[in-house]
Amino acid sequence: MLKQKYDVIVVGAGPAGLAAAIGAKKTGAQDVLVIERAQELGGILQQCIHNGFGLETFKKDLPGPAYAQRFIDELTSLHIDTLLDAMVLDVTSERHVSATSQWSGYVELDARALVLAMGCRERTRAQIALPGTRPAGVYTAGTAQRFVNMEGFMPGKQYVILGSGDIGMIMARRLTFEGAKVERVLEIMPFLTGLTRNYVQCLQDFDIPLQLEHTVKRIIGNERVEAIESVQVDDHRQPIPGTEEVIPCDTLLLSIGLIPENELSRKAGVALDPVTGGPFVDERMQTNVPGIFAAGNVVHVYDLVDWVTEAGLLCGRSAAQHAIAERKHAGRRVRMKGGDNVRYVVPHVLDKESLAESRQRLQMRVTTPIEAPVWVEVMNGDERIVRKADLYARPGEMVSIDIPQSAYDAVQRASELTVRVVRR
Amino acid sequence: MAQEHRTMICITCPRGCTLDVTVEGKTVVKVAGNNCQRGVDYAMAEVTDPRRMVTTTVRVKGGVHPLVPVYTEKPIPKPQIFALLAEARKVELTAPVKFGDIVMENVLGTGINVLASRNIPLKSKAP
Ligand SMILES: Cc1cc2nc3c(=O)[nH]c(=O)nc-3n(C[C@H](O)[C@H](O)[C@H](O)COP(=O)(O)OP(=O)(O)OC[C@H]3O[C@@H](n4cnc5c(N)ncnc54)[C@H](O)[C@@H]3O)c2cc1C
Ligand code: SF4
Repeated sequence: MLKQKYDVIVVGAGPAGLAAAIGAKKTGAQDVLVIERAQELGGILQQCIHNGFGLETFKKDLPGPAYAQRFIDELTSLHIDTLLDAMVLDVTSERHVSATSQWSGYVELDARALVLAMGCRERTRAQIALPGTRPAGVYTAGTAQRFVNMEGFMPGKQYVILGSGDIGMIMARRLTFEGAKVERVLEIMPFLTGLTRNYVQCLQDFDIPLQLEHTVKRIIGNERVEAIESVQVDDHRQPIPGTEEVIPCDTLLLSIGLIPENELSRKAGVALDPVTGGPFVDERMQTNVPGIFAAGNVVHVYDLVDWVTEAGLLCGRSAAQHAIAERKHAGRRVRMKGGDNVRYVVPHVLDKESLAESRQRLQMRVTTPIEAPVWVEVMNGDERIVRKADLYARPGEMVSIDIPQSAYDAVQRASELTVRVVRR
Repeated sequence: MAQEHRTMICITCPRGCTLDVTVEGKTVVKVAGNNCQRGVDYAMAEVTDPRRMVTTTVRVKGGVHPLVPVYTEKPIPKPQIFALLAEARKVELTAPVKFGDIVMENVLGTGINVLASRNIPLKSKAP
């Protein structure tokens, strides 16, 4: 069963979100909820079946899903709530969360602290303006990875991969394992953009040629990709005429970078750094909006999952601390209410501890005039905390009363105080 | 015997040190460029018996996904990678599968097991 209000709500169940939820619960957050769009926990790791995860955290060379499984097991043992197959549609700066899922329908929830852990998405063809026809057979490397590793579907037989990022190189090996031919990996930069170890164990081991300072000039094919035309580029990344080559293939994979996924952050008023594409954060992973924290690829694109976990744990601890402080503070707060003949009272809430420092002034306006002596009274239910005499009360003239420091003990017992202006 | 220099990149950790390896026949006589002992171990293995971790998928019936990812618990000899993949293609499991389950025991007589990388629960209709 979902609650209405949680100490900590985490959006996204990748390694960052899982670690944040675990960190928050272990720091003492009472209730933690993780909301995830996919049908299962783990985020992008579930499709990264290759090893290379956890060398720092576990001193072991684990496949992505195995790394995720350890955190999923820990999350379960800590009784952290999860809402799967649920898309968060909106979050406000007041940490009001709207989500929709097949199982729970549309829900609105509140959090004392919110963690943004939505990860990142892949750059697509539109973002690099690749010329040529628009035939079938052009995929991002991550999409192909999901097809091959989770859904058991091969998008093609003969590939060219644009971009030497880790995902592209890892897919080159994976497709080779599944019997496909990877003709070429093209990289526009004069250097490898992924890890050197991936060049060795994914390309070199299987004689897959990598060409630096090369890019795709044009895609050839009407219904389906039939070939691509590659071209060499100069120091300014401009095509060098005469270096074109037609490479036959039925599929082009794009491994051209990741962008932090920050639609929701924007809606919550979180300020984004134009350089990273992610929120500005402080040393506790708090964004510019108090009570909203962020961790993982949503902040900046990581290459090691161990560091994502570390950031998630820190973020979760900070979120829990914020929620605990908020909760404590809430117990110290008294709501001020207008009673008989009082339209409103300012301040609307009062910190009980403020009376330890000094007397506190309340200001209000009456609803109807009383042209006779009146009492201005501050009540906790039937118990009178303080009263003062005035000669009359008029809506046009603001009324005020001070709660003296001597009322400290009486105020501690209250959760709400009513102010009334009545005839003497 | 004549000495030979080989440049290789250590793939043991993401640092990816470039190693300058001096070999005499099939014996490593010197390794330079490594940042830790594991670099030396890697160079020795690479010259005598290169091995790789292999990860792939095998089919599974009745689970939440049609595939389960699997991995070799230890690196296997490089020349046997494709033979292992061919073996994996023949396997079909039935859900539920548990993380760490042995999917292929002593694969190709290497003494190494292939394990499931995650849980694959039974597919059910209700949440
Ligand atoms: C293809 C690929 C290969 C990688 N290979 C390696 C590797 O070999 N070794 C290594 O150490 N690291 C690797 N990494 C890096 C590492 O895996 C990532 O840095 C890490 O997974 C990021 O974790 P995350 O939790 O920030 O994001 P993710 O894992 O992407 O998780 C974000 C989650 O948020 C959910 N979400 C997003 N928006 C919403 C919403 N509105 N409502 C609900 N849920 C939402 C998504 O569904 C997703 O599950 C790889 C990364 C990628 C993308
Ligand atoms: S030598 Fe050591 S530090 Fe360098 S890549 Fe190998 S394991 Fe890593």
